[in-house]
Amino acid sequence: MIVGEQKPLEEVKKLVAEADKVLVVGCGTCVTVSFAGGTKEVGILASSLRMATQLDGHAKQFDEVTVQRQCEWEYIEPLEAQLGDYDLVLSLGCGIGVQALAERFPEMPVVPGLNTTFMGMPTELGVFEERCQACGDCILGLTGGICPIARCSKQLLNGPCGGSQNGVCEISPDTPCAWQLIYDRMAARGQLDRLLEIQPPKNWSTSRDGGPRRIVREDLRKLEDVE
Amino acid sequence: MTQFSTNGYHVGSNLEKVIHSGQFVVTGELGPPQGWERAEIEHKTQLLKGLVDGVNLTDNQTAIVRMSSVAAARILVEEGLEPIMQMTCRDRNRLGMQGDLLGAYALGVRNVLALSGDHQVFGNHPTAKNVHDIDSMQLIKMIRDMGAGRFQNGDNIVGGPMPMLVGAAANPFADPFDFRPYRLAKKVAAGANFIQTQLIYDMNRFREYMKRVVDMGLHEKVAILAGVGPLKSSGAARYMRDKVPGMMVDDYYVDEMLKAIDGIPKEERAERGNAWRKRGIELCIEQIKEIQQIEGVAGVHIMAIEWEEAVRPIVEGVGLLPRPTFDA
Repeated sequence: MIVGEQKPLEEVKKLVAEADKVLVVGCGTCVTVSFAGGTKEVGILASSLRMATQLDGHAKQFDEVTVQRQCEWEYIEPLEAQLGDYDLVLSLGCGIGVQALAERFPEMPVVPGLNTTFMGMPTELGVFEERCQACGDCILGLTGGICPIARCSKQLLNGPCGGSQNGVCEISPDTPCAWQLIYDRMAARGQLDRLLEIQPPKNWSTSRDGGPRRIVREDLRKLEDVE
Repeated sequence: MTQFSTNGYHVGSNLEKVIHSGQFVVTGELGPPQGWERAEIEHKTQLLKGLVDGVNLTDNQTAIVRMSSVAAARILVEEGLEPIMQMTCRDRNRLGMQGDLLGAYALGVRNVLALSGDHQVFGNHPTAKNVHDIDSMQLIKMIRDMGAGRFQNGDNIVGGPMPMLVGAAANPFADPFDFRPYRLAKKVAAGANFIQTQLIYDMNRFREYMKRVVDMGLHEKVAILAGVGPLKSSGAARYMRDKVPGMMVDDYYVDEMLKAIDGIPKEERAERGNAWRKRGIELCIEQIKEIQQIEGVAGVHIMAIEWEEAVRPIVEGVGLLPRPTFDA
């Protein structure tokens, strides 16, 4: 899932500074699961902003709504009827949600209340960890199901580097060394010999380096024609 | 006596000739300045000339911006000291690296050391984007391919082959320890011609590593230079022991450095400094003599960064002078 984290209140206050009536729009999918942009967080942020702007001597209106998914037209369509009453939308969706709202309602200023941090998962209560970089050419089959692109600080394909010690990465004792994890996993599977193969330079053209990505599924487009 | 090899490769550099001669190899290291002044490199060059068979020019070492290793290596060529140009994968993609390798070759550089590079969080631009388009293993192979006249994409290099002696790093003190000799084997398979290790301050661990390397026969394929460096103080030894990822420091070295200042009051800073430096050099000499007894080691790589004056007493102390010379 996509993991997000709320921006500091001061930054959000600056982003909404020029508006008087703000609609805070949450998203019921990924960012709800990461406790950053669901109904509950929308409520808390809206109240904080109401209080903060009141204390600043210029109380503003913050109303709340959460849609099931900000990244699909059909779920954001119904917002159109409400938007006439507001001069700004504060989205607590991920970066995709913010852009979907801005694209669908081009006249309406839409600002982000979250930082979209990564694609990952909760590994324990209150801890979220990155797992995928969407490189577009998955190599998990070679690395024991542990991604060195997302989890090695240097994205090594032939790790570990000399900075791996006691299971952690040189950048921080809180960062497990992805290649130690890969080594341990392959050892447990009796597949260490696979780590002796030299992996060639990666084709990054399928990643963001190849430019913004797009998938066209002709099979699905034909179905639409039939309908 | 083991006949040391450069992985079946020939480029004609001085470093390569010393390795093939079977004599104990000595390389040094020089950190380019955090500025553009050439005089500083010339000064350090004079401190190392005649003492070592080649000198590493670090590449934005510890992720701190410095004069490029390409330019610094050229200055060494002009000063008559053979450069070993370091190249990391942190700051450039394969286009930038190959462009710089072409330029370095044109400028007379014949030895390159391929590294991953310290992460930029340690340096003076921690908000920078890192690259890591390729890793050090792939860089070794890319330089060897260029040596055969081919770019990474398979296209021919205009002008033909540009053979350079390719070095790689090995860290016997990093984890997983059991995999380290195999990672070295991968670097040899990728085409590395010589190896420089991480700074050694744990001789037992290094001996164990070399034993495994020798058992695998790797020492016959590639020249392994053991990384050493004189300690400057007991604090530095303790810091490396406790804080630097990828290093192991035996308590012996910390204790010896503490003993060195026994009875010298804290206020006598100059005297303490002298005592530390004297002992640091002695310990380094002691280490090199021990390393000479370890099977499979072809030489030493002396890292006396910002203390190049220490190299002469060390090399002299071990009895490694004069350095071999060869007819052109």
